[in-house]
Amino acid sequence: MSTSAPALATPEMIARYEPVIGLEVHAQLATATKIFCGCPTSFGAPPNSNVCPVCLGLPGALPVLNRVAVDLAVKAGLALNCTIRVRSRFARKNYFYPDLPKGYQISQYDEPFAEHGWVDIVVAGEPRRIGVTRVHMEDDAGKSIHEGFRDSDLYSYVDLNRSGTPLIEIVSEPDMRSSQEAYAYMTEVKQVLEFLEVSSCDMEKGHLRCDANVSVRLKGAEKLGTKAEVKNLNSFRFMKEALDYEIARQVALIESGGRVEQETRLYDPDLGETVGMRSKESAHDYRYFPEPDLMPLAIDEDRLGELRASLPELPSRLRARFVAEYGLREYDAEVLTQSRATSAYFETAARISGDPKTTANWVMGDLMGALKADGKEIGQSPVGAGHLGELVKLIGAGALSGKLAKQIFPKMYATGDAPAAIVEREGLAQISDTGALEKVIDDVLAANPKQVEQYRGGKTTVINFLVGQVMKQTRGQANVGVVTELLKTKLG
Amino acid sequence: MDLDIASLTIGKIRHALDTRAASATELAGEALRFAQAENPKTGAYLHFSPERALAAARRVDEKIARGEDPGELAGVPVAVKDVIVTKGLRTTCGSKMLADYVPPYDATAIERIERAGALILGKTNCDEFAMGSSTENSAFGPVRNPRAPDRVPGGSSGGSAAAVAQGTAVVALGSDTGGSIRQPASFCGVVGVTPTYGRVSRYGLTAFASSLDHIGPFARSVRDAAALLGTMAGRDPRDATSAAAPVPDYTSQLNRKVEGLKLGLPPEYLKELKGESGDVFFQGVEVLKKLGCEVREVAMPHTDYAIATYYIIATAEASSNLARYDGVRYTFRSQHSSTLAEMYRATRGEGFGAECKRRIMLGTYVLSAGYYDAYYLKAQKVRALVARDFAQAFNQVDAIVAPVSPFPAFRLGEKIDDPLAMYLSDIFTITGSLAGVPCMSVPCGTTAEGLPVGLQILTRHFDETTMFRIADAFENA
Repeated sequence: MSTSAPALATPEMIARYEPVIGLEVHAQLATATKIFCGCPTSFGAPPNSNVCPVCLGLPGALPVLNRVAVDLAVKAGLALNCTIRVRSRFARKNYFYPDLPKGYQISQYDEPFAEHGWVDIVVAGEPRRIGVTRVHMEDDAGKSIHEGFRDSDLYSYVDLNRSGTPLIEIVSEPDMRSSQEAYAYMTEVKQVLEFLEVSSCDMEKGHLRCDANVSVRLKGAEKLGTKAEVKNLNSFRFMKEALDYEIARQVALIESGGRVEQETRLYDPDLGETVGMRSKESAHDYRYFPEPDLMPLAIDEDRLGELRASLPELPSRLRARFVAEYGLREYDAEVLTQSRATSAYFETAARISGDPKTTANWVMGDLMGALKADGKEIGQSPVGAGHLGELVKLIGAGALSGKLAKQIFPKMYATGDAPAAIVEREGLAQISDTGALEKVIDDVLAANPKQVEQYRGGKTTVINFLVGQVMKQTRGQANVGVVTELLKTKLG
Repeated sequence: MDLDIASLTIGKIRHALDTRAASATELAGEALRFAQAENPKTGAYLHFSPERALAAARRVDEKIARGEDPGELAGVPVAVKDVIVTKGLRTTCGSKMLADYVPPYDATAIERIERAGALILGKTNCDEFAMGSSTENSAFGPVRNPRAPDRVPGGSSGGSAAAVAQGTAVVALGSDTGGSIRQPASFCGVVGVTPTYGRVSRYGLTAFASSLDHIGPFARSVRDAAALLGTMAGRDPRDATSAAAPVPDYTSQLNRKVEGLKLGLPPEYLKELKGESGDVFFQGVEVLKKLGCEVREVAMPHTDYAIATYYIIATAEASSNLARYDGVRYTFRSQHSSTLAEMYRATRGEGFGAECKRRIMLGTYVLSAGYYDAYYLKAQKVRALVARDFAQAFNQVDAIVAPVSPFPAFRLGEKIDDPLAMYLSDIFTITGSLAGVPCMSVPCGTTAEGLPVGLQILTRHFDETTMFRIADAFENA
């Protein structure tokens, strides 16, 4: 073997160390146009078609800041509990790369628009507060394509459709102590951004990307270890795998008497390893300086107030409210707040049904199951929140048995019809009318004299058999409670 | 058509059009013929755009035929410095790097002057990416001064200044970062204006040093320069640094008395001024006094630091602005490379001239980790102090008068091997650039040899009106 993966530390070794993790999360802002020009940000356009002199970085072209991008970024900063600078500044980050047409990225450096925030997470029942150092805005580069062309062995191709796409970078403090905490932090950040509709956070499209700074130190040690930056953590699973690998690699290095080098490493999901990319010595000197083509970004108090007022209820508060107001279990509240669409769906349905707990069960059970099987998001659900609420209400009112409702739901899903319409069309209404039921019960009692005798002889459990017979005769439409009561009266 | 092409003015052209003495199409044809015939004497133009000029002329004639206003610059032949991008018309920036580059869009200034009826005859030579003071740094050869063919026209906008002086354009567009309009105007004996920073949109001006770059006019009269600036000036939503300040009608403010205006002379400048250029300048100051201006000394205490400050800020920004010429796009890519890093190195090594490389290296150095605070940050602080010098001076006076260059046009090749001496010759123009105030060069007289010398007038931010008024009175005195 020419290259062998380094030996990883054993769980026992790792247990003696404390990992220190900080994350840099890049999120694409959900604007219709790019950050410094009017080109669309739409995904999947033919290569180099969503471009103009500005995002191509042509000589003479100048950036003009997209105010919608600023609004979205500020909302994110507020939701991450940051202080928003009244005056911030863009800076040029200079480096050469074929898909970076200007030779620099327009970012923010020493004056980001948001800083000093935090994100609360809970891991294994333990609440933790993770600091957010800063949030800044920047433009994305284009895309280099090294494969798939006839002459890919000779040339790389560049697609600049993505060039100029607005991003925010959320930099955390090195406050995370395990890959689980990093996972929870990332989950929370993603959920917040989705709730704000600041970013679609579609990881497959690269709308959410993550780099991690990782070091380890012996438990109890004050001094931080040397960190490595791990790039390319482009899914939750990769992030956790990469962090676990990197922690084990660093511990093994130290345990075997080696030293962790300060370097940039790339996660290779195929190998499941992080691979050294460049050392500190060869690290870029980005030569940041204030972007002379843009005025300092001013965000006045009035605008800030408007944006603050426009923030939706965020997941953490929503979860707490679902528990307090609806009596949901923590777990259920978490599931129902996983997206703004889910929580809105649930609340609408619960308001109509008047029974939040049963509604919660239906949303998490039948509805989510059907959607999952169908590959659909809740926003695409054929069963509207109103209809699901009506279904639950019908059950509560005794008009439908749980069993009947289970039969009706797939029909609602297939047709998009209201439950009442299906009930009527299929003649599935639950029979609670004592007059109609009495006749059936009389027939059943007449047909089963032996069981009637047993009941009257003291074997009262036989009543379940008789209820079953009534249900059979009514094809399940009878209200079980009413049937039982009627039987008891007649037998008593 | 019996018009002397070489001495046309905007006013004469308008009169000819209004009286039907000539059509714009005739004017365009004559102007192109004359320019193309005369150009070999100076090399002011790099290339011509006859189709574009004739098409613009036809639009002017059609408007006149329909009885519409053909625009303030109707039928006016204009030369454009080749750092200002023109759609479908090669824009080289005087560099091998962009030798065959054809931009897909027009600069805002170009759009505005063409909308006003201007005829763009062609693109003029300049120092590569506007870096230089003699136009000798062009990849396409030097330009000769029409007033003294063995001498430089100044730079970097040497081609534009030469074309106007030679009569192969009525007016021209140049760009000024540290004196690149005023100094060649002075060397060629024409009017050159650097407006307030933000007055004219930079959209479409190939960036050298973004916080210092300006587009401005050249003309043979103050009136024509003012008219040309008027058509270009004003807020442009495509340039975030362009100013919303209202644009006055500059030409209507000319022909006014300047009696009683207070003019400041900075002693810090005068100590640098020796020889014949000084004599001509002081004669000019006497003329202003005779016109009734009150001339007094005003202190500009940070002048000594201006050159160092400028060459830090300008090169820092240039090192970033010129990063895009990397061989990936545009027209030049070195064939002597097999890896990406080699392609970058070889392309930039072969594509840029010595002065560009020198400034890219200087700028890269001053922005480097560990040096930023000592150089770039400090330079920005000094820049603020230079600007304060101006603000304080303008509390006492209406305008500052100053020399443009320590010496008149020098011989081709005379200073090219001494870049530092070349940098130091920018001393009088650089302070105004750093402060972003409007400044211009107006012909002041000639040396015994007949070499032109300019007088510089600087005014408050956005007060081009007072600057033009003084220059106009001086010109007519």
